[in-house]
Amino acid sequence: MALIAMEGIQERRRLPALLPKAEWMVLGLLVIFVAGLSFAPLLRLAIAAIAPAGVIDFGHVAELLWKKKVLTASTNTLVVAVLSTMLAMVLGTIAAALTVLTDMRFKTAWVFAFVLPLMIPPQVTALAWVQAFSPSSPVLGLLGLSLHDGGRHPLYSPGGIILLLGFYHAPLVFLTVRAALRRLPAELVEAARAAGATSWTLIFTIIMPLARAGLFAGAALAFVSSISNFGIQAMLGIPARYPTLITLIYQQMNSYGPSALADMAVLALLLSTLTIVGVAISGWLGQRNDVRVDGIGRSLEIRLGRWRPVVEAASWLFIVLTMALPLSALVATSLVTGFGQELSWKTLTLVNYANALVHQASIRNAFLTSLLLTSVTVVILMAVSLFMAYFIVWKRGPLVRMLHLFSELAYALPGIILAVAMILFFLKPLPVLGFSIYGTVWIILAAYLSSFLALALRPVLSGFAQVDRAMEEAAQVAGAGFLARMRDVVIPLVAPAAVAGGVMVFMSALNEIQVSILLVSSNARTIGPMVVFLEEGGSSTLAAAVGCLMIAAVLILMLVATRFSRHLPKGVIPWQN
Amino acid sequence: MADIVISDLSKMYGGKRVLDRVAMHIVDGEFIAVLGPSGCGKTTLLRLLAGFETPDEGTIQLGGRVVSSREANVPPEKRNIGIVFQNYALWPHMSVADNVGYALKIAGVNSQERLQRSREALSVVGMENLAERAPSDLSGGQRQRVALARCLAAKPSVMLLDEPLANLDVHLRAAMENEFVRFHRHTGATMVYITHDQSEAMALADRIAVIDRGRLVQFDRPRDLYREPQSEMVARFIGNGQVLPVRDVRPEAEAAIVSIFGKDHRVRARRSEQVRSSAKLSVHTSAMRLAQPGDDGFAGKVERVIYRGNHSQVDFIATADPALQLTLHAPADVAIPADDTIQVCIRDGWVIPAAA
Repeated sequence: MALIAMEGIQERRRLPALLPKAEWMVLGLLVIFVAGLSFAPLLRLAIAAIAPAGVIDFGHVAELLWKKKVLTASTNTLVVAVLSTMLAMVLGTIAAALTVLTDMRFKTAWVFAFVLPLMIPPQVTALAWVQAFSPSSPVLGLLGLSLHDGGRHPLYSPGGIILLLGFYHAPLVFLTVRAALRRLPAELVEAARAAGATSWTLIFTIIMPLARAGLFAGAALAFVSSISNFGIQAMLGIPARYPTLITLIYQQMNSYGPSALADMAVLALLLSTLTIVGVAISGWLGQRNDVRVDGIGRSLEIRLGRWRPVVEAASWLFIVLTMALPLSALVATSLVTGFGQELSWKTLTLVNYANALVHQASIRNAFLTSLLLTSVTVVILMAVSLFMAYFIVWKRGPLVRMLHLFSELAYALPGIILAVAMILFFLKPLPVLGFSIYGTVWIILAAYLSSFLALALRPVLSGFAQVDRAMEEAAQVAGAGFLARMRDVVIPLVAPAAVAGGVMVFMSALNEIQVSILLVSSNARTIGPMVVFLEEGGSSTLAAAVGCLMIAAVLILMLVATRFSRHLPKGVIPWQN
Repeated sequence: MADIVISDLSKMYGGKRVLDRVAMHIVDGEFIAVLGPSGCGKTTLLRLLAGFETPDEGTIQLGGRVVSSREANVPPEKRNIGIVFQNYALWPHMSVADNVGYALKIAGVNSQERLQRSREALSVVGMENLAERAPSDLSGGQRQRVALARCLAAKPSVMLLDEPLANLDVHLRAAMENEFVRFHRHTGATMVYITHDQSEAMALADRIAVIDRGRLVQFDRPRDLYREPQSEMVARFIGNGQVLPVRDVRPEAEAAIVSIFGKDHRVRARRSEQVRSSAKLSVHTSAMRLAQPGDDGFAGKVERVIYRGNHSQVDFIATADPALQLTLHAPADVAIPADDTIQVCIRDGWVIPAAA
């Protein structure tokens, strides 16, 4: 008997486990990463909102939501988000139709200019617009125009917020509609042509209905982004005394600190609900039209004929008005010592830049902190996304799906919600270590890692989808273990996609405001919120200089990414035609 | 020693049995083809042999050691097997030499010896001059050769080849078939060759395992598969075989008299064949001919005649059973009008054994 049992054990020991050890360990680390940075904080937030005292208490929630302040902010949020989304849908669709379907010239340059605003931090965009359309605007002055002195700034209004959010998110709709239009099968178009449809009938009866799925996918993105766009809502809404949920949370947290956390958790949950409902409605409107198309659709080209110069002029005028004008105002402001001063050779000065980069320690440190935080985030997320994408694309399984879901959730939810969740989760001292990371740069790093994981992951996922699994299997039969396979075969093949993801994270995190606005403290400041603080403090010229530096950083990164673009999977870089 | 013993191997996908109690014994050094229509489970069998999948039932033993079972699975990297993938799966970021030497590098072989052995492997397939090239610079046939060399350099005890000729031009296939035979002789490795092309399997393999809907239906030498199919499926699948209904099977020693549409024919049958009132007869096109004066044949109605150069292909239906479509080859110089009635006689056939 004993002998037989011994043999059984030996037999067992000869056979390794189903998944080799290294693979289990990496998967375990990924689970800890996502559970600790996304799942647990969001769970903590939900518990804090629904059961602040340990028992589920909907009475408290209802009472809070019924307050006039909250009702107003909710209504305002919805008004702003819905109307700006509609504006973005109109603009984005027109832009996509023009660039995909017509023979407009200089498309590449125009697409770049149209998508560029998406890359500029929203608080900087808002600042630029505010400066361009203020009574003492340097640009309007140059053009010989001027607004009435006195009275409120025209953009400090619900209309101003809607307009800016609409312009800001139009590129999101543009990108999805363009992708949908490009997938259209040429046969459908040719069939309609054969049936006698003219170009315009074709657009309204065949093409647009088929592109509906893309349109609503873009609308969902624009809606979510509008709800969570702190930069524009704060820069315009706070002076306008037009509170939205996101600015309400910010102001309450600013006034009452962590003691307001429980109530803020409820508001954060409300904001998440609005986000999810909005996405669900867009999904429902866009469904039923999943036109999956194989092959490369030959592109349809509608001739604009004698209207072409008019259309081209109008489209470039749009760029001038919505981008060139505000940005030149920003640059002009950054080059003078006092806001409203006329820009001339005599008044031209670089003192603001010198202050931002050298003299003002707080701004200089904020730049350095952001740079450091962003670099660390990029390095960690590139490594995490390489391994996570491996499991998501090639291993699958329910656990892996949960990891993917929570990384997407942390990205989709408004950054301020994640910030509230992070504060709730990390306020108490960490176990074992015995100190709290609240109020340090580490909580910002944790929030960045959570928030941007999905952004780093996406290009890597499409990179993996393009690699033949047999590449890895061939290395496996050659005797290579999990880590050797990753090092020698898998990572070299998907590295370009990971770099693309890294660049996207770098651009987003460097100027980030939504997540860090609640997490910054006197000893841990990032550059993103700095523009808001400076503008609030009345240093418009310095704010403009900081904004210009942020834009310059973005442009440099875009240039680098464009350089690398031929090594990347197609569609990873959004601003390329 | 690398005998492969597969016992009662089953694999399910979503409740469907894609491999159903397959059992076979592959002797060390044998060249085996696994043949079957697409979707029959042959790729699943390969992935189980390689260790990419775990069986739901049964075991695989490699050289006397259980490597696959429901409870435990030796991972592919620990099996000492080699695979030549259908699309070659050469690593595009490594040179040809690095591709070939990778398994040695993983095994910790020093770079001098690695280079030496990679070159040897490349010279077996006649590719030693292209060692520094990138895989993307090679033609399809060259990539195939590199994939073979990569497999060879690792000195695996078993080589699995997954439809390695499927992506090649027709004229390259014949050349590569010769290459495989030479390669097998040179290495003496046990080779398992997956294919859906029966002429490829017949040309290469010592024995062929025919798989149909997840079951192993016959595992025999090519000649036996062709001459003595054990089921109707094999009879039809191998060599464009045709199957005729026959009556009154009367066994004689290793033969039988059967009645084909009322005419008695003497055909081959297995020794244990019983007296039966009806059976199926496996007949190849080459064993059917137009009846000569004095022959006792059955009547057929000509549907179509296709001129093939050295012969005419005659498609006809048996007058006694209009649902039965048959084909024979007639001399090219004999004129046969369509709709004509012909007399056909059978020179050779095999009584398919009754299903067990």
